[in-house]
Amino acid sequence: MLKYLLEKEFKQFFRNKALPKMAVIMPFMAILIFPLVANFEIKNINLAIVDHDKSSTSRQLIEKVAAGGYFTISDVAESYAEAMNGIEVNRSDIILEIPARLENDLQREGKTTVQISANAVSAIKGGLGSTYLAGIIGEYNIEINGKITTVMNPHSITITPRFWYNPRLLYTYFMVPALMVMVLAMVCGFLPALNIVGEKESGTIEQINVTPISKLNFILSKLLPYWIIGFVVLTISFLAAWVAYGLTPVGSIGTIYLFAALFVLAFSGFGLVISNYASTLQQAMFMMFFFVLTFIFMSGLYTPVANMPQWAQNLSIISPLKYIIVVLRQVYLKGSTFTELHTPFWMLTSFAIFFNGWAVLSYRKKS
Amino acid sequence: MKVIEVENLTKRFGSFTAVDNISFSVERGEIFGFLGANGAGKTTAMKMLCGLLRPSGGRGIVSGFDINRESEKIKASIGYMSQKFALYEDLKVWENIRLYAGIYGVPEKEATERSHTLLEELGLEKERNSLVKSLPLGWRQKLAFSVSIFHKPTIVFLDEPTGGVDPVTRRQFWEMIYKAAASGITVFVTTHYMDEAEYCNRVSIMVDGRIDALSSPASLKKEFEAESMDEVFRKLARKSKNGEL
Repeated sequence: MLKYLLEKEFKQFFRNKALPKMAVIMPFMAILIFPLVANFEIKNINLAIVDHDKSSTSRQLIEKVAAGGYFTISDVAESYAEAMNGIEVNRSDIILEIPARLENDLQREGKTTVQISANAVSAIKGGLGSTYLAGIIGEYNIEINGKITTVMNPHSITITPRFWYNPRLLYTYFMVPALMVMVLAMVCGFLPALNIVGEKESGTIEQINVTPISKLNFILSKLLPYWIIGFVVLTISFLAAWVAYGLTPVGSIGTIYLFAALFVLAFSGFGLVISNYASTLQQAMFMMFFFVLTFIFMSGLYTPVANMPQWAQNLSIISPLKYIIVVLRQVYLKGSTFTELHTPFWMLTSFAIFFNGWAVLSYRKKS
Repeated sequence: MKVIEVENLTKRFGSFTAVDNISFSVERGEIFGFLGANGAGKTTAMKMLCGLLRPSGGRGIVSGFDINRESEKIKASIGYMSQKFALYEDLKVWENIRLYAGIYGVPEKEATERSHTLLEELGLEKERNSLVKSLPLGWRQKLAFSVSIFHKPTIVFLDEPTGGVDPVTRRQFWEMIYKAAASGITVFVTTHYMDEAEYCNRVSIMVDGRIDALSSPASLKKEFEAESMDEVFRKLARKSKNGEL
């Protein structure tokens, strides 16, 4: 009996004009485009410069700042007030004010002060912008120090950081595995959520309910297709990550597939539960958005779970996404093996049993 | 032999009583017309018999099984064609037949053979590979009926099967119903069309959730001193508190 139902689901899926294309395009889009746009690295900061000194040192400093790639000189102002105008009309983000005696002070006293003022309406841009700028000035400082005094501070400590697992500190590497999970959640969560309720709207569910189909078979017929589609989506994501960023999992692909299999089962089951309770597509859609957004923000996809307030951390244990994102990041970047991933394994298994059990129980053939 | 036996069947939705204490029985092989105005409770009563709705009270036996406790067993031995067209529009004609044959456990080989004969009889052999949504309504209804009796059920429930269908197709549809009845399938049919009521062996007329009349069309006409079933129906429906018609 299940065979015929599965046949029907697949025919309907492939006959749909949009769904198969979406299932292929979405992973590509997510892996190729999202890491570039959802990026906390700040570039193209508009910098206003107020140079009261106009010496060769100040010019060198400005050139160095402009050459760094982060800043675009948007304004060269005569006074601080004039530069501030630029901030108010959103022409500039940051002002660098160089005092009149910069070169003089440096040569005579070996120290001087420049002022950085940032528009912190966008906190990240303001904060990171000033940090970058301070960094560049610091580098310049070291350069000229080298020229002026040979050894300024013989006891200075040099820190050489070593970044494990993502040595180039690429934000992309951190995001890609998590984005794979997001795509899986979208495809394997939304499609089942809209499936049963779609049959309710078209009236075909009544014809099914009047047949002797068992509840388990019916739910399986809705679950298994998305499970298989989930594997396809994941494989496309792997390929896209490899082609675009040369990123391949350090750990075993088998481990990833195993956990993805559990996650898709759990999340499709969740979608089916929603579908059972919703009576219109609109309701199902709205409920799914609510839960998927909540799960995503609780999952540590964008912001680490450890940074959340304690109550939110406690709440995050109910987000299935949290566990699979941890698994994908660890296996992809660190090469973790199954033995280190016991907690996510049991959590995802429990989610899968819980949601699918609920889906079977909440599907009513009789009202 | 009785294939449907209902006693004091009731369905309430909140304070509204859709089906009010009805009792009747249907004999094997009979064409039983279930008549009533819109909102009289026909569909609700039929859904309780098919195991789609839980009764609020009363008992019923359909095809030997209790409607309160054994509705899943009932489902294996009945066919059902709902008011809303319920075949899959994005599946082809043969795929719909195959799906429902499979669900009811008709062996695959037998299903394939019989689906060929069926499509020939329906004159749909050329449309075998068309999507159901591309068929005109009358053809779809005939196909839906054929699918609902493909697994040779004891009873078939038809909920306004000829709604919106042209007179010629309606005629053909009733020929199909007669053929099914002749093969031993009991037909339980709701309709608005009083000419169709004349084709039934017996009819019941529901008014405001109750069965107000139940007999053969001929004796009903006699009882209500009416020329046609249409007149019988209007005389009864006038009593409705809901005031429809």
